[in-house]
Order: sequence, then C-alpha cells, then structure tokens
Amino acid sequence: MRKALFALALVFAWPPPAWAVNPDEVLSDPVMENRAREISRGLRCLVCQNQSIDDSDADLAKDLRIIVRERLTAGDSDAQVVDFVVSRYGDYVLLKPPFKLATLVLWLGPAAIAGGGLIAVLMFFRRRRTGESAVQPAAVLTRPPPLSDEENRRIEELLKDDAP
Amino acid sequence: MANRLVYILPLMVFLIMAVYFAIGLSKDPSILPSALINKPIPEFSLPPIDGGPGKGFSSADLRGNGVSVINVFASWCVPCRVEHPLIARLAALKVATVYGLNFKDKPKKALKWLQELGDPYAAHGSDPKGRVAIDFGVYGIPETFIIDNDGIIRYKYVGPINPGRLEKEILPIIKKFSP
Repeated sequence: MRKALFALALVFAWPPPAWAVNPDEVLSDPVMENRAREISRGLRCLVCQNQSIDDSDADLAKDLRIIVRERLTAGDSDAQVVDFVVSRYGDYVLLKPPFKLATLVLWLGPAAIAGGGLIAVLMFFRRRRTGESAVQPAAVLTRPPPLSDEENRRIEELLKDDAP
Repeated sequence: MANRLVYILPLMVFLIMAVYFAIGLSKDPSILPSALINKPIPEFSLPPIDGGPGKGFSSADLRGNGVSVINVFASWCVPCRVEHPLIARLAALKVATVYGLNFKDKPKKALKWLQELGDPYAAHGSDPKGRVAIDFGVYGIPETFIIDNDGIIRYKYVGPINPGRLEKEILPIIKKFSP
C-alpha cells in the first residue's frame, strides 16, 4: 500500500516539461518574460533548424533568447524585436513564413490544388448524371435501334408456331 | 480533342511539381541564404585578441580600403583548422585584406592556435560573446564574408572553404569588386 501511494505521489510530482530557457535568462517582469517567450517560439534556431529558439539548447539559440530579452527591456515592441532578428538572418528565421509575393505559392498553393481537385470531381459527377460522360459504357453505345412493326409481327408469328 | 487534353493535365502538373521538388531536395538545407548580401556591414569595433598583437578592427577599416575578407574562426572549431591553409593562401595573394573574427574563443587558446598554424590575418578582432557575429548573421563557423570597397557585403560562405571554392568563387568575386 505504501509503495503504491509512493508511486502515485511520484506520478503527481512529475516535473513540468523542461524548457531550454535557463533560469538566469528569465526576466523578472513576468509580462515582459511572457512576451519574450511568445517571440522566441516563433523564431527558428538556425543550428537545429526545426526547433524554435525557445526549445533549443544550441549556443546561438541562447544568444538570440538573450538578445530578444535585451531588446524588450530596452523598450522595443514585439514587431521591432522580430525585425531585428529577421534583418540579420532573413525570413527563414521565422517559423511561420510571412505572407508576401515570394511566398504566395506556399500559402495559396495547397488551397488552389484542393480547389482544382474539387472542381474536377464535381465536373466528373455532373457529366455522369447527364449521361454525356466521355467514357460511355460499351452497352450504351451499341444499343440497337428499336424493332420495327414488321419485325414485331414476325416475332409474334414465330412464337405462335412454337406454342403447343 | 480538347477533352483529351484534360487527361494530360494532371501529368503535367505532376511533372512540374516533380522538377520543383527535385531542385529543392538537391539543395543542402543547412546552407541558408544570407539576408545581408548587398547590404552594408553592421557598425562594430572589435578589440584585438587579449594579449595578442594589433589593435583589432572596426567597420571603419572596411570602408575605402579596397576589398576585404572577414573570416570567422575559433580554436575550438575543427573545420576552421581544415580551411586555415586556404585562408593563408588567400592572404598571401594580397588581392584583399583578410581579417579574422575570433568567435567565442578563449584568448590564450586563440593565440596558441594562430602561433601553431600561422597568422595570415591583417588584423584580428575578438568577439567573446558573439554579438558582432550575430550582427553579421553568423550561425555556424567557419564563415567567410567578402566586403567591397564601400563596405557592402557581397558574398558569404558558410563552412570550410575548399580549393575549388577559392578558385571558382572567392577569387573571381574579389576581382569583380576590386576597384
């Protein structure tokens, strides 16, 4: 019982997820620190490319975290801080690429392809319903013309002959 | 006939995308375009490596003195050691002033490194916190910059220079921007 309780206590005592941010980097002003964290999460660590500088243990990420905090303390707005880093490392440093002419295909490409596919599917079903599909079943194409009166009369005759 | 063409369309789209992706995949993702190409150098003033010769260098030295090269190095950086003979060869050609930016290094180790491998630099500056390097958009060393007579960054190479790179890229670019 005591062991079980101990195990349970351990489960609840599980530490919160660890951040790369070191205690000595954290700003004393919680509002400012929150802004710094928010900005850091959007900035790519250039050494370990798919992590944000908030997550990364790399030296460069640490330097950039400190710079972000310095700029904020100096009174920069969030946008100014981001611009500061982008002016040195380019748009690539932003984990979320900006919406501009060079990234138009990136942003609108998937929607355009999905839209095109949807239109194609709709057109396909509409055509099929109205029976003018380009690929018609062979049976439809080769259906014989209806029988003439003369032919019907002959069928009647033949069937009569077979009757018992 | 126009109807038939519709069926080729997906194939065309696929081919265009395939070419696009093939180009994208054949590039080395660790080499990033520099945001600072054709931009003026950041303002800086670097002290010399502590206990070493010279008086460091600053952004003012890079303007009006012909083409300059800044090589970012550190004694702890193994690829820097590999490219060092080529930096020495470049400096010996005297086509550009070659500066060394000592990145996050211990002065003693840096000086020992230069003593051991030779000091090709016209001047070196110490950047123990890497702040000047960050202003230059440095993210992995060695990095080498070519700066023209007006203090505009014209070229950046990330990683150790090899003989081919020196002959085919660096020297022609230096020549192109030489006054």
